[in-house]
Amino acid sequence: MNTPSFIFISVLTLAAALAAASIKKLIHAAFCLVAAFLGMAAFFFLLGAEFLGLVQIFVYVGAVAVLIVFTILLTHREEETATTGFKWSGALIAAAIFMGLLWTILQTPNLSTDAPLIEPLTVKKIGEVLMTDYVWPLQCIGLLLTAALIGGLILVKEDRDES
Amino acid sequence: MTGEFLDQIFVSTKQWLLSLSFLRGAPDWLIQIASSLLNISAVLGVFLLLFALISVLERKILGRIQNRYGPNRVGPYGLLQPAADGIKLLIKEDIVPLRADKVVHFLAPIVIAAAAILALGVIPYGRNMTPFVIDGGILFFFAVGSTNELAVFMAGWGSNNKFSMLGAMRAIAQMVSYELPLIIAVLPVVMVVGSLSPDVIVAAQGKYTFGFLPHWFVFTPWGAAAFILFFVSSLVESNRTPFDVPEGESEIVAGHMTEYSGFKYATFFLAEYFGMFAISGMAVTLFLGGWHAPIRWLEVVPSYIWFFGKLSVLLFVFIWIRGTLPRMRVDQVMGFAWKFMLPMAFTCIIAAAVWHYQAHGLAGWLWSFAVVAIAYFGLSRLVEKKKFAARTYRFAE
Repeated sequence: MNTPSFIFISVLTLAAALAAASIKKLIHAAFCLVAAFLGMAAFFFLLGAEFLGLVQIFVYVGAVAVLIVFTILLTHREEETATTGFKWSGALIAAAIFMGLLWTILQTPNLSTDAPLIEPLTVKKIGEVLMTDYVWPLQCIGLLLTAALIGGLILVKEDRDES
Repeated sequence: MTGEFLDQIFVSTKQWLLSLSFLRGAPDWLIQIASSLLNISAVLGVFLLLFALISVLERKILGRIQNRYGPNRVGPYGLLQPAADGIKLLIKEDIVPLRADKVVHFLAPIVIAAAAILALGVIPYGRNMTPFVIDGGILFFFAVGSTNELAVFMAGWGSNNKFSMLGAMRAIAQMVSYELPLIIAVLPVVMVVGSLSPDVIVAAQGKYTFGFLPHWFVFTPWGAAAFILFFVSSLVESNRTPFDVPEGESEIVAGHMTEYSGFKYATFFLAEYFGMFAISGMAVTLFLGGWHAPIRWLEVVPSYIWFFGKLSVLLFVFIWIRGTLPRMRVDQVMGFAWKFMLPMAFTCIIAAAVWHYQAHGLAGWLWSFAVVAIAYFGLSRLVEKKKFAARTYRFAE
């Protein structure tokens, strides 16, 4: 039903991802990666997974991309450090992963093209499931993230004491 | 009858436009596209007009505050000033620095304006007047807003100028810090209403006690505290005084906009104001009852008039603050976010929970007030700096 939009978004996403992998200027590659993230979010919207799409934008474009950009900013030197030319090891690993995925997909018993109609996943439903079935994993993640936050603060604080 | 007709006049106009003869028998997707285009052009038209109006009103009000005339040469009372400004900015030379990153420099104003316009799409402007109805509207609003940081960085990096870069770094630092209290201040509303949809949140504030006390969230203790936190954070997110350190003219020229001229600069300007409209509109939706009237019998006045009235009040406060307060120091801005705003935002969640489990009654109101007050005074005591010694003066002998 959404074939034209699917093709359009896939072409854009793949082009952006390819550009991110091949462009030599790091900061441009990072921005292309952001475009690829947005393409992924568009896929989620196309599939009716509104919440996942929004979280994808929130986390990957709003946070991860800023992190990547800052990392480049703080570590990048002007000289060209990117290696040029074709790398056989990388191509081999990529091919191996692709073959593995392909094998897994082909092993899947029911690869019917007309997927059963899934009712749209609303935010309310996600909240209910998080608060009932997945309440312990949620709490554990919360604890972990709090520990990470406090750890980050302590790292920064020690840094300040030295100077 | 007439009230209802006036209230729905824009909605029915749109229905009428869509049922015109040349669209009859058109496939569904075409009707949908036409409907979306109508919504988009309405939002753009209204807010471009408001942008033109506010750009001259801001200068007028600032002039009044500073005891001088504002712009008064172009048109009656200087009201045609925006047209003159627009023409000037359009025909100005577009200067791109020689060593700038051309593509990024070009894309930054587009990205920043697109994000600001998208954010305007999910706000309910009146009864049945949400341009883009989406289940997770609040989430959409903040997801789109979070792309702003990247756009500002693009502007700073692309310009290849130290002032631009400094401004961008400052902007990102304070935006990331204040996004936290901004979003956490929204959480109590979402929790009490139980929905992320702006329409449902507005509908939840549409009741009245005794017919004249509206159930707006700003009239609950947690809501009032969250509203103030949200408002302060929105000042930061739209880079307004007293948090305009990213573009502090006296320190770093114009921050990330230093190397932009002509129409690109105008686009930044527009994005900043659209961002201000969007976040004020969200504040109205979340805390000030959206398009509901303050008193029941005033509901004969069309809903969109109430929305834009409340929006104008908030925008006036933005301008008022700009004319009144000096700029904060960078370290003060950051310290305030992490040491005061964030804990207060968490307190609002607890206060809202207390209010909710006391069945929204008077007892809950008082308990909730107590929670907010204790947190406020405790935090102020904790954050309070050591007293400085009395200043001593030394004079030439």
